[in-house]
Amino acid sequence: MLPKKGWFGVIFLILAVSLALTAGCGQKSGTGGGPQGEGKLTGTIVVAGSTAMQPVIEEAAKRFMESNPGVQITVQGGGSGTGLSQVSQGACDIGMSDIFAEEKAGIDAGQLKDHKVLVQAFALVTHPEVGVDNLTKQQIQDIFTGKITNWKEVGGRNQKIFLVNRAKGSGTRATFHQYVMDGKEEAKGDVEQESSGTVYQIVSQTPGAVSYLAIAYLNGKVKPVKINGAAPTEEDISTGKYPFWAFGHLYTKGEPSKVVKAFIDFVLSDEVQNGLIREMKYFPVKGMKVERKP
Amino acid sequence: MVNRNVRREFLGYSLTFSCALIAILLTLAIILFLGWKGLAVFTQHKISLTNIFSVHWWPDRPAGAGGPQVGVLTFIFGSVITSTLAVLVSAPLGVTVAVFMAEISPRLGQRFLQPVIELLAGIPSVVYGYIGLSVLVPFIRNNIGGTGFSLLAGVMVLAVMILPTIASMATDAIRALPGTLKEAALALGATRWQAIRTVILPSARAGILMGVVLGLARAFGEALAVQMVIGNRREIPHSILDPLITLTSGITMDMGNTVQGSLWNDTLWFMALILLVLSFFFIFLIRLLGRKGAVH
Repeated sequence: MLPKKGWFGVIFLILAVSLALTAGCGQKSGTGGGPQGEGKLTGTIVVAGSTAMQPVIEEAAKRFMESNPGVQITVQGGGSGTGLSQVSQGACDIGMSDIFAEEKAGIDAGQLKDHKVLVQAFALVTHPEVGVDNLTKQQIQDIFTGKITNWKEVGGRNQKIFLVNRAKGSGTRATFHQYVMDGKEEAKGDVEQESSGTVYQIVSQTPGAVSYLAIAYLNGKVKPVKINGAAPTEEDISTGKYPFWAFGHLYTKGEPSKVVKAFIDFVLSDEVQNGLIREMKYFPVKGMKVERKP
Repeated sequence: MVNRNVRREFLGYSLTFSCALIAILLTLAIILFLGWKGLAVFTQHKISLTNIFSVHWWPDRPAGAGGPQVGVLTFIFGSVITSTLAVLVSAPLGVTVAVFMAEISPRLGQRFLQPVIELLAGIPSVVYGYIGLSVLVPFIRNNIGGTGFSLLAGVMVLAVMILPTIASMATDAIRALPGTLKEAALALGATRWQAIRTVILPSARAGILMGVVLGLARAFGEALAVQMVIGNRREIPHSILDPLITLTSGITMDMGNTVQGSLWNDTLWFMALILLVLSFFFIFLIRLLGRKGAVH
C-alpha cells in the first residue's frame, strides 16, 4: 500500500532502530574532558542500576545536560545487581545501587569506588484498617518470620496478617533484611512482588496486608507505621533513631573520569542536594550523623 | 523500461533476501546465547541435575546452611499448570466464538464480533494485569475464598488474553473450508447443527488445533499480567486458590537484582532456556498439525 519509495524508508528505519537497540548500555563511552580545555565538558556517560534511584538521577542528568550541552547522559534502570555488575565489567560508567557493593555476592568491591549521593527512607506500611500505629523491631521481626499471624497480638484489630514480601535479592528487601530483621530469615509470606507500584496497590486493597515501600510511594491509601516510635523523617534518620533507610550509591570503576566526576559533583552540590533530592522525597547525604559501613 | 524493471526486481530480491538472512541470524544468535548462558549452571557451577530439578529454592544461602539450592521445578510446574488450565478454559470458548462468527451469524460476526476480538488482542498485558489485580483478585477473595492471589486468578486473566488468538485462528480455519462441504452436508438432509458438528468442525480440526497450540505458547510466554495476580509464592500450590509462581515471573522478578555470572543469575538463564525449549516444542507441534491439515 505504501508508495514505492516508502518501502526503502521503512526498511531503513527498521534497520536503524535495531542497530540502536543492540547498541544499548554496552557501548563504549567517551571519557570526556580531554583537549577541549577547562570549562567545556564533552563526552557521554551511561548510568544503569537501581530503579529506586533512577527518577532522581534522570532528572539530575537532564539539568546537568542543560548547562553542559556537550555532555550526553543516558540513565537506565535494571536493578542494583545489574548496575553493580555492569559497572564492574565496564559496560557503563556509573552503577546505581541501594546497597553496598560489598554486600552483593559476586561483585569484586575492591575495584569499585563508592560515591554516596543520597539517603533513601523506607516505611513499613499496612492496610489502613489494621489499627496499628507503632511496632517495635521485635514485633516486626515476629510478624515477618511468621511467629505472629494476627494483628490483635500487636494491639490491632482481630485480623489475619497478610504478608507481602519483596523479591528476594532486591535492594529494598536487602535493606529491610539487614536493618529491620537483623538478618533473620523472612517467612515465605502470602505474596511476593517486585514492583513498588504493585506492592502499593496490594497493600491498599488487601485487608490485613503489611509490606514496606520507599517513602516516595507513600500515599493516603496505605498507612505508614512507626518503628520503635520513630518515623521516617530526616531528623529520626540522621540521629539514628529510625533504622529503615539506605544510602543511594553511585559506583564507578576506579577513579571517575573528568566528565563523570563533574556529574557526581553536581549531584552532590547544594543545588541538587537541597533542591531536587528533597523535592523527590529523598534526603541529602550531608546531614547524616550516623555512620553506616558495609 | 525493461532494464529498469530488471533492476528493480534484483533490488527487491536482494532486500528481501538480506532481511530474511538477518532474521535467521538473529534467531540463531539468540538460541546460541541462551544455550551458552543457560548451560553455565552445569558447565561453570557444576550444579547437579537433582539439585536443579528439585523444589528447593534458596539461591542465596551459603554452603554452610544447606545452600545454595536452585530447584526450578516449582517454576516449571507453575507455568505448565497455569497455561494448560487457561487453554482448557479458553479453547472451547474460542471455538464457539469462531463457529458463531463463521457459520451462525457471519454478518454480526464480521461487523461486531471480529472488531471486538481484535480489540482484545490489542490491549497491552499490563492492563489485563492491573484489571486482574484491582477487580479479579478482590472478587475471588470476597466471594470464593483464599487471599485472591491464586492459580484461579492467573488462569482467568490468561484465558481472556489468549482467547483472541484461538478465536481468530479457528475462524480462519473454518472460513477456509470449501463451501461445497457444507452444501453437500445440507443437501444430504443434515441440520445446521449436524453440519457444523460432523462436517465443518472435523474438517477444520488442524487449523483449530493450531490456534489452540499458539494460544498455549502465548500463555507460556506471558509474564507481566500473570505476575501481578498469582502471588509469586515459591511453592507448588495445593488448591486452585493457592498462590504460585511461573518461570516468566520468576525471571522478571529476580533478573535485575542478581549479579551477572553468579549462580543465581545463571539459574535464571537456565529457566529462560527451558522456556525457549518449550516454545520450540510448541512450534514443532504446530508444524506437525499444519502438515496433517495440508492433506485436504
